[in-house]
Amino acid sequence: MFTDFDFDVIERALPYLWQGMMFSLGLTLLAMVGGIVLGTLLALMRLSSYKVLRVPAGTYVNLLRSTPLILVIFWFYFLVPIAVKHITGDSYAQGIGPFHSALIAFTLFEAAYYCEIIRAGIQSVPAGQVQAAQALGLNYWQATLQVVLPQAFRNMVPILLTQGIILFQDTSLVYVVGLTDFMGAASKVAQRDGRLVEMYLFAALIYFILCYLASFFVKRLQSRITPPR
Amino acid sequence: MDFGFLSQPAFSGGGTYFDWVLSGIKWTMLVSICAWVIAFTLGSVLGVLRTTKLWWLKGPATAYVELFRNVPLLVQMFIWYFVVPEIVPKTLGMWLKQGMPMPEFWSAVFALGFYTASRVAEQVRSGIQSIPVGQTHAALATGLTMPQVYRHLLLPMGYRIVIPPLTSEFLTIFKNSSVALTIGVLELTAQARTISEYTFRTFEIFTLATVVYVLITMAVTVLMQLVERRLRVPGFIGTGK
Amino acid sequence: MAMIEFKNVSKWYGSFQVLKDCTTKVEKGEVIVVCGPSGSGKSTLIKCVNGLEPFQQGELIVNGQSVGAKTTNLPQLRAKIGMVFQNFELFPHMSVTANLNLAQVKVLGRSPEESTEKSRALLQRVGLIDHARKFPGQLSGGQQQRVAIARALAMDPIAMLFDEPTSALDPEMINEVLDVMVELAQEGMTMMCVTHEMGFARKVAHRVIFMDQGEIVEDATKTDFFGTPRSERAQQFLSKILHH
Repeated sequence: MFTDFDFDVIERALPYLWQGMMFSLGLTLLAMVGGIVLGTLLALMRLSSYKVLRVPAGTYVNLLRSTPLILVIFWFYFLVPIAVKHITGDSYAQGIGPFHSALIAFTLFEAAYYCEIIRAGIQSVPAGQVQAAQALGLNYWQATLQVVLPQAFRNMVPILLTQGIILFQDTSLVYVVGLTDFMGAASKVAQRDGRLVEMYLFAALIYFILCYLASFFVKRLQSRITPPR
Repeated sequence: MDFGFLSQPAFSGGGTYFDWVLSGIKWTMLVSICAWVIAFTLGSVLGVLRTTKLWWLKGPATAYVELFRNVPLLVQMFIWYFVVPEIVPKTLGMWLKQGMPMPEFWSAVFALGFYTASRVAEQVRSGIQSIPVGQTHAALATGLTMPQVYRHLLLPMGYRIVIPPLTSEFLTIFKNSSVALTIGVLELTAQARTISEYTFRTFEIFTLATVVYVLITMAVTVLMQLVERRLRVPGFIGTGK
Repeated sequence: MAMIEFKNVSKWYGSFQVLKDCTTKVEKGEVIVVCGPSGSGKSTLIKCVNGLEPFQQGELIVNGQSVGAKTTNLPQLRAKIGMVFQNFELFPHMSVTANLNLAQVKVLGRSPEESTEKSRALLQRVGLIDHARKFPGQLSGGQQQRVAIARALAMDPIAMLFDEPTSALDPEMINEVLDVMVELAQEGMTMMCVTHEMGFARKVAHRVIFMDQGEIVEDATKTDFFGTPRSERAQQFLSKILHH
């Protein structure tokens, strides 16, 4: 069945694919860190007792969560150069390439999803903990940073990492704006050499191995974190 | 913002750009609903199989879930569209490439349906497993057989528990249907991009597309909340316990 | 022939032995109370009777059938043995009547009308006929447990198993459940009850079994047990639960 296929094409393309993989992993890591930081802020805003913080954060999260990632990528691919032009006055927007647009799009998009995970994590910390911290005289930020967030994050690590795996899979969508991530590299080779079957199956295999191993480790971590009952 | 361009005759096809938007919405809905039929039925079966104690039922279901959720949707879409016709027997491959109507559409439906089935399976499994084991014991103690326990207890309770996560899976399918543009399905996001390329009204047309996605999401959410309320068990609060 | 007979039953969870060589029997019409500290295996023991917990060694004969045997039709056997659980385990998505009807229709093959008639009679008996159309979540714990007893009785069981039926209840609801149980005992029902309610044991039990660490330490008549338990472990246990 596979006699017509030429799997050597993969070997020849390996350096190029490796570059693409570094791009995918880099984008995943940066967007994950940015998304978690921004997501934490959004979660604190959504749980705030001030309406001026709660409502905008809620609107932002619901808006981003209702919009397809591809449309968000298109949005930022279009908006980021305009915004940069406005800020710097430089009509060529030097130094801001499609990578930065993609990074901003992914960070802002993932922040909405991380926000909901972190919000649930914060809410899972018993209210008594906050009251105890307040009774000791800690202020909001002290109680949040010293008591609430450490407990919340400890419970959330597996879910945050699982969301990271989803993010890694989602980075393949930068293909739509022509960036060369792992999938972009694979599909460029596939089209250049007319080897679609080989390249796409190879890409699927690599994604599967990486994501499967990653989720396996997350599962092990989870069983270590959750105390046995 | 000026939406006047929507009533202008489109670059091709006879209609206006507004007609393009409507056609985009139609394909988005068609892809989502057809894919959901696959995802829901297959996902339910797989999810139930994963809760059984029989390894020869559980094993294949688990393998399916691991395989389909660990490969990005985009890659799966390319495989259904570009790879499957090449690796199936020749005659079937020829038919897939030349005889079958709307190959992009069906590739997108299969890719999205089989991919989401793995996620639905996990929701259904965790819904059933969140029912306390004492309930199963009580049902068995009255003499019901295991299939009867599934039919009268685990499935009716399990599905009530998973209505909210299944709603969000449907909304995920709906949003993910935009990935179909990569293989040439002219759904809403694809139409928005094309219109922006022809008219340079990027801001307006992206805003319109976003609003449509948000409105449909809101409508589905409200509808499912009504369904959930209708099916709510009196005195039974929250999910899980 | 005894209704329930344990012959050297042993059970392991992995390498941990939860039941050690348990031997005892329950005659027809007998009321047996099983007590012991938590984790002593008493719930596991009672759940072996209807095969909810499988065991690895020994033999268990219920109504002339060997529970562990592959040829035994467990659903058929279970249909004859009623069971009441610590957490009631009513099915939350069904009305009270539907809870009572389910197994009557699906297992015994009774018609819905006949089942409903039987269910209503039993609800009348446990004093809950007014709640027939409610859902379990709308009832108090004591009421739910009485429904659960009625659900078990609807199958016309030849014996009843009670697994700590009052330990999840608020104190003021315990008696309404115990009253139903006492009535059943006085009517001659064969009962095996895991419970710490020593007042109940004093009133209706024929024998008391005391378990500790998976072993049956004491298996004595009520008078002997409450008189002077032979084992030190049982004495300690009794002094702990009786003196406060």
